[in-house]
Amino acid sequence: MFKDGESRIKTMIQGALVIAKKDMKIYYLKPPVLIFGVLFPLFLFLSFAVGRNVPLDTLVPGMVGITLFFTASSVVPLILPWETRLKTLELLISAPIGVNTILLGDILASFIFGIIISLLPLTLGLFVFGANLVYFPILVLNIILSSFCFSCLGNIISFPPTSEPSQIMMFSNLIRLPLIFISGIFIPVSEMPAWGRIIAPLSPLTYTTELTRFALGGQTSYSPYISFVMIALFSVVFLVVGFALHKKSMPKRVQNL
Amino acid sequence: MKPAIKVENLTKYYGKFLALEKIDFEVREGEIFGFLGPNGAGKTTTQKILTGILKPSGGQVSILGYDMEKDPYNAKRFTGIVPDETNAYVDMNAWDNLTLIGELYGMPKKNIEVKAKELLEIFQLYDRRKDRVKGFSKGMKRRLILSMGLIHNPRILFLDEPTSGLDVQSTRLIRKMITDLNREGVTVFLTTHDIEEANQMCDRVAIIYQGKIAAIDRPENLKKAVKAAQSIEVSFHRQVEIIKELEDLPEVDEVRKQGDKIRLFTREPGKVIRPLVEYAHKNRLEFLTLNTLGPSLEEVFVKLTEDKESVAGV
Ligand SMILES: Nc1ncnc2c1ncn2[C@@H]1O[C@H](COP(=O)(O)OP(=O)(O)O)[C@@H](O)[C@H]1O
Ligand SMILES: [Mg+2]
Repeated sequence: MFKDGESRIKTMIQGALVIAKKDMKIYYLKPPVLIFGVLFPLFLFLSFAVGRNVPLDTLVPGMVGITLFFTASSVVPLILPWETRLKTLELLISAPIGVNTILLGDILASFIFGIIISLLPLTLGLFVFGANLVYFPILVLNIILSSFCFSCLGNIISFPPTSEPSQIMMFSNLIRLPLIFISGIFIPVSEMPAWGRIIAPLSPLTYTTELTRFALGGQTSYSPYISFVMIALFSVVFLVVGFALHKKSMPKRVQNL
Repeated sequence: MKPAIKVENLTKYYGKFLALEKIDFEVREGEIFGFLGPNGAGKTTTQKILTGILKPSGGQVSILGYDMEKDPYNAKRFTGIVPDETNAYVDMNAWDNLTLIGELYGMPKKNIEVKAKELLEIFQLYDRRKDRVKGFSKGMKRRLILSMGLIHNPRILFLDEPTSGLDVQSTRLIRKMITDLNREGVTVFLTTHDIEEANQMCDRVAIIYQGKIAAIDRPENLKKAVKAAQSIEVSFHRQVEIIKELEDLPEVDEVRKQGDKIRLFTREPGKVIRPLVEYAHKNRLEFLTLNTLGPSLEEVFVKLTEDKESVAGV
């Protein structure tokens, strides 16, 4: 069957689509997903924005960035603990598909979730707050790439072989919360203090926010090309690291089934 | 012809605990192969390794000639699995669970629909196909799991204690289904702790005890071992110190003292009673209890293990 790489990739993508379809049916409406993926970023943002006079070109990119970041990275880490607990993972592992195919499917489901939910703050920003959309294609490409990048990050977060979703949720917020403070969400990179400008490039969310700001005609510190390249780079690294970590932890996870 | 399943030197550790110790066996294509052992013997562990779920600590597994380690894709393609516990997606309905498995095994959409309908009808779940599995009874879940193991027309079917804890009617339905499938050419690997089930259904039976294969044999030989493990349990109004005389009674194979009770192992309990009564009379012993006991599973396995060791020792 696996004579050539092309059919191998095709099989992998087909398998991942099957997995993603299953994930969408089951996990999108689970309470922890809605709480940590939709409500949490909303409240987090409101608590910073309300009452302070945040300019529109900071408000809307921040809202879009934070939503994308939390939603896209919130579905995928919850799937494996659930599947471990209910032993459904056995079904997937014993099927003729590889572990990476399963992971890719979960990433895909999370990625689509991120895109769908990010349309909410975007609509709000454009039609209620009246933000100005200048570069539509950049916005679209940014949302797609960023959502993929954060799903891959979520996939890394889910590597500990636990069957307890709440454990992963804690771990995940431990990683995600600090990142939002260095990513130009509340203060644009250009207005950050010197130390902020040094660590901001280490967060992929920085580039998402920058690109959204750029697409809405705001001032940015990095060129959109650099931002796109950085997000793509982060995605590849997250994907590869995630595959490697899961490869290590999967036997332990399966043993606990 | 390549064996359907070939297992060599299979070893599995859980941490430091040795769950399987250098197991070897082959399953021929077209047979029903029983894998019989008491609780904790290592049956589920073996099935999970053979189906590519668990990684072994050592040894080789090949399915229809495909090595599980080197070519997992092909080694997994032809197997259908019925696990010991329900692992269907309880948040999806029966239909979606079935089609998911069909899709994972790369079946065309049309074939999935035809086969899913057929199986759900056979297992009397068709009317409930749009209901979430969460609300299913234990029996319904078991039937769904069976359908999920069969949707992709597997060439080898693995079943982990498929009838354990089920009512007589469902048990009969499942056993009939297994023999029917086997008649159509499906190789069956049947895990069970039920000696009767193994005897009735299987062409050959492997007996596993404490992670080791005690014997691989035809069911007839198994029946002999079962017979040999029958016993009579007696207790008298006073302690009997010398049991030599009891061992010399006709048809008695072995005598063991267990507390204030004495057990006489025999193939023919009926023929031991009269000499036993005479023995008691002669020694002025009064019976407090007298029971004939069928073999416990453990005893049969111990018996078989001992037989094997004594053969190996010669
Ligand atoms: N995940 C696990 N971790 C540690 N020990 C296990 C695990 N699974 C099974 N065991 C142990 O391995 C032995 C064999 O178990 P199992 O294969 O489930 O036996 P069976 O199916 O024959 O009842 C048992 O002693 C069991 O306690
Ligand atoms: Mg078992």
